[in-house]
Amino acid sequence: MSGSRTNDTGRQFHLPAWLPAYLQAAPLTIILGGFLLLPLLMIAIVSFWDYDFARMYPDFVTFNYSETLGSWITWKTYLNTLKFAAIVWAITLFIGFWVAYFLAFHVRSTAMQMVLFLVCTVPFLTSNIIRMISWIPVLGRNGLINTALVNTGITTEPVEWLLYSDFAVVLAMVHLYTLFMVVPIFNTLMRIDKTLVEAAHDAGATTWQVLTNVIVPLAKPGMAIGTIFVVTLVMADFSTVQVMSGGQSASVALMMKNQMSLLQYPAAAANAMVLLVLVLLLVAAILRVVDIRKEL
Amino acid sequence: MHQEKRSREFYVLAIFFTLFVLFLYGPLSAILILSFQGPNGGLTFPLNGVSLHWFANLFETQAVGNFGGSFRRSFVLGIMVMIVTVVVSLLAGLAFRRKFVGATPLFYLSVASLVVPSIIISLGIGVLFQQVGIRPAWYSSAFGAHLTWTLPFGVLIMLAIFNRFSPAYEEAARDLGATSWQTFRYVVLPIILPSLIGIGLLGFSLSYDEFARTLLTSGTYNTLPLEIYGMTTNVTTPVLYALGTVTTLFSFLVIATMLGLIVRFNKRRTKG
Repeated sequence: MSGSRTNDTGRQFHLPAWLPAYLQAAPLTIILGGFLLLPLLMIAIVSFWDYDFARMYPDFVTFNYSETLGSWITWKTYLNTLKFAAIVWAITLFIGFWVAYFLAFHVRSTAMQMVLFLVCTVPFLTSNIIRMISWIPVLGRNGLINTALVNTGITTEPVEWLLYSDFAVVLAMVHLYTLFMVVPIFNTLMRIDKTLVEAAHDAGATTWQVLTNVIVPLAKPGMAIGTIFVVTLVMADFSTVQVMSGGQSASVALMMKNQMSLLQYPAAAANAMVLLVLVLLLVAAILRVVDIRKEL
Repeated sequence: MHQEKRSREFYVLAIFFTLFVLFLYGPLSAILILSFQGPNGGLTFPLNGVSLHWFANLFETQAVGNFGGSFRRSFVLGIMVMIVTVVVSLLAGLAFRRKFVGATPLFYLSVASLVVPSIIISLGIGVLFQQVGIRPAWYSSAFGAHLTWTLPFGVLIMLAIFNRFSPAYEEAARDLGATSWQTFRYVVLPIILPSLIGIGLLGFSLSYDEFARTLLTSGTYNTLPLEIYGMTTNVTTPVLYALGTVTTLFSFLVIATMLGLIVRFNKRRTKG
């Protein structure tokens, strides 16, 4: 940047005042244009193409959509995915709120707050797959929980549904995604003016009333952003469903992945378009409640 | 300072929080312990002796995978993603401080990048490269795919930082005769440096652990998460846990290094 070192008197030419913003925004625009917009456009086009076992043929056919939407397996899979999303959303919202509330309102020193926040954050910076398979020795047939249950005589037989079941899928998803709820809620809670809480107390509100009438309403934007994260992550998930259900449960993304491994790209693309529209509708609905830019 | 007595609510929530932390770390520690399984031990407790057998196994050439190569690729890719994420997010953050045509669409494009399912991005980039006739590789298509995941985080964090950034510092610098480059270099940059390191850490970690976006975009050579993902279906020995332990410890090391840097810069700033 030696060229910019010169001061005003030495500068040969002046950049127009409007130019820097465009130059600064250009790299982001180019990357997102090339690796997000173009690929999505490509998927939209390919979803109308014909294909056989080996390759795709440029065409305009709609049977990729009619096959996808006409099959009751697809509908069941979508319902199953939405079911996971709803359950995981409810659980992560519950856990996320109380964890964030504890950190923001009950931990008094800022240093301690940061340390505990990091303790929550660190596992989320490690591998998802490793964290997923780490449940196997805990939940498995000979795993920790079953051994404990049998040894203490609570059950005589190991419980089979702990691993490779919908229960395991939900548990692992909660394990993987709760942080995405904790962080935005913690962020909004930290911005609540503490004098509001004091004022409510002075006006005679109980702790519970302060919580339901002051804190929860003010935390709603954080909950909304957390919801966006969790719902889109669950809707996009195939690995957790595949690994934790042992192939016994399905999700839309897993269905897509299977089509992709069979090289049925146009079919996968049609599925992708449907999933994309669904996810964007969900997000748009949530964005009606919250203005992200104001919450940052 | 006046301190209220801890309420019952505090203790209930403290227990809840502790349980949450146990829930986060419990399974990870199970893997850590089981990776020291004896040579004849299996995938579950109890430990059948204690050994480093599976760690040694990890470094032998074997049928199931090549960890050295995939680790190296993931590491280099992570560094590439980290650098580009920090630079591009910073630039975009600066751009969003001014008004420019297309600011709102670009913002929503960043949000879209966050919410579009990762496997769709993987499919899109994979098919796009195939149609254009470029061979997908971890350093081209997978690199771009990772950026669609790390950049929105970086941009949103930069927006949050500049929302809280008082323009008074820059005005003061300008009043003292600093050029806009000097203002940026000596005033703005030192203040936001810890946050930039944070973005770097996030960028590296998200890329290092990403696999849904790498699925169709990595080309011939696997990254480490793809290698591990492949192993989950066909490896039935604790070597899987040994690999998990090693990569997790590596992640911890990266996190500790970055946090150390942040603390050091913060100290230097408050001293100076």
